[in-house]
Amino acid sequence: MMRPAHAALAADPVLDLKDVSIRYGGLVLAVEGVDLDIRPGEVLGVIGESGSGKSTLAHAVLGLLPKGTAVGGRRFRLQETDMLSADEAELAALRGPAAAMIFQNPMTAFSPIHTLGQQLTQLLWRDRNASRTEKRQRIIAMLERVGIPDPTAKLALYPFQFSGGMLQRVAIAAALLMRPALLIADEPTTALDVTMEAQILHLMREMNREFGVSILMISHHLGVIAEICDRVAVMYAGRIVEQGPVGAIFADPRHPYTRALMACEPALIKPDGGPLPVIAGEVARPGTPGCGFASRCPHVMDACRSNVPAWAFGSDPVHGARCIRSAP
Amino acid sequence: MTMTPLIETRNLTVRVPARPLLPFLAKDPAPEILCDVSLAITPGEILCMVGESGSGKTTFGRTLLGLMQPASGEILFEGKPVDGPSPRHFRDIRRHAALLFQDPVSSFDPRQRIGSIIAEPRRILGRGGTDLSAIAALAEAAGLPRQLLNRFPHALSGGQARRAAVARALSGMPRLIVADEPTAGLDVSVQGGVLNLFRRIRDEHWTAFLIITHNLSVARHVGDRIVILYLGRVVEAGPPAEIFSNPRHPYTEALIRSEPIPDPRQRRSEPPVMGEVPSIAHRPAGCEFHTRCRHVRARCRTEAPAMQHFSDRHQAACHFPLAVAAEQQEPIPLPMTS
Repeated sequence: MMRPAHAALAADPVLDLKDVSIRYGGLVLAVEGVDLDIRPGEVLGVIGESGSGKSTLAHAVLGLLPKGTAVGGRRFRLQETDMLSADEAELAALRGPAAAMIFQNPMTAFSPIHTLGQQLTQLLWRDRNASRTEKRQRIIAMLERVGIPDPTAKLALYPFQFSGGMLQRVAIAAALLMRPALLIADEPTTALDVTMEAQILHLMREMNREFGVSILMISHHLGVIAEICDRVAVMYAGRIVEQGPVGAIFADPRHPYTRALMACEPALIKPDGGPLPVIAGEVARPGTPGCGFASRCPHVMDACRSNVPAWAFGSDPVHGARCIRSAP
Repeated sequence: MTMTPLIETRNLTVRVPARPLLPFLAKDPAPEILCDVSLAITPGEILCMVGESGSGKTTFGRTLLGLMQPASGEILFEGKPVDGPSPRHFRDIRRHAALLFQDPVSSFDPRQRIGSIIAEPRRILGRGGTDLSAIAALAEAAGLPRQLLNRFPHALSGGQARRAAVARALSGMPRLIVADEPTAGLDVSVQGGVLNLFRRIRDEHWTAFLIITHNLSVARHVGDRIVILYLGRVVEAGPPAEIFSNPRHPYTEALIRSEPIPDPRQRRSEPPVMGEVPSIAHRPAGCEFHTRCRHVRARCRTEAPAMQHFSDRHQAACHFPLAVAAEQQEPIPLPMTS
């Protein structure tokens, strides 16, 4: 019901991760044992607080992590490419056609000293057969589609002449111009006002339906995830602790962390003058033995501190959590 | 019951500061950031000011403390007007007010230890800056572990830095705390703690708060009264329960409905409001919201609406205020186990 009609479950995943771990400088663990896949046309949300590893994961998909970062695991495929063995040239070839990214702050995502027309034309360098006029027409059509008024005149302007919301629309247009299979959005609305956030989320959903582009949505905001995603992965301290269809995650959260997160969400709390709930304690470092949430979990048992819980699925085979208590 | 407001503004208007060089070239008059704002904060009240970026909410907080100068209008502290623009005239206010900056870490001296940062306002005001046990008590009141007092600002997490800033604000024993986006950049699991802290400080010390935020659900939980600004004008003000169950201004309604609902069953089919905030340099005629309003009529385009009072605490400036909702909407039922 939540899934768009064209997202055929049988199709090969656009992105396929199995047991992926990432260490900064080869030492500092940031992401551990992540299993994740995104089907064509699907919108997958990754939710987590600061330090959970969600942005690291997103950057790994485009090979944007700093040099010396060790990415390992059993499988890490973007379309047909094996990301674990890909060299720099292969990675460069993937950026654009396979996956494109939009960032939190659109103001820093563009070059300040080139016009939008110059920057957007450069993105189309792969189309050697297209003439300048053709490229220009494609750019104007795409800008028009994402809701930029008078796009022809806007091509001569510089990024500072736009508002944040308008520039985020241009960023989406820029990403889609390269016709990627996967659009990665790292907190795309965090820097925007709520009225603009609603407009950008709406635009992203339209683009998902119209172009069939899969979306990997990174956010710390439950409302944003609920608004746009088909499936959700909850990250905590470098691991995915719960994964499932968006409806199931919100209606029946199984991991104590997911529940605690929802309990803290102001939009879900009836104002009654009482104190607002918090999750006491500090976020554990990725790589802490046992369950990462053990130090803050109200239901913690001895076993939680020694063993990393295995995935447990209930009656619903697509909705699972890594918690001892939810094991059958 | 009428109480003398702790701080009050009457028809406060603030313009874009004129350029110091070549003032004769400056456009005359400079665009208004705040227009005709009359507001009062009573002792012990938590007033939340909400608006999009560019609505003038930060300017209001800064002008109250004398960090920006009004073009016209009055500021009164405990009923006494501030009768000049210089820091000397704001001395009374500043001795009794504290400002919580949006980014706490950049507001700390990176080479001072947290304990000394917290003690500084007391030292300056001569209120016992060397009393170590009092400083430890302040840190404790703000929920900052005592062992962090010896650290430097960079060693604190976002939530801890926010608590240190609150402890510093409390240290001068202010009667008013102006908090600019106090929860921006904080995780939801930590945000509640900071808001609880504000309420506890209010309950214990009867401190008044001006909380500047773009987050309506924060305002809903912590505020005694919410003021909504649009292009530097107050468009609606009232208690949170009334504002949320029965917004009268279409802009307020649009803001409430723009907040994404954390329930996938309640997705919106289209954005509640289109377009962007106009520039203050080109203010629309009539009601300034008419360019984005769903309910716009001919009169809105030409005639500016006056403030209407719906109850003694709830007012809005709209020619055609929204009707009273037939029944109160439940704030999103969500089955939660445990």
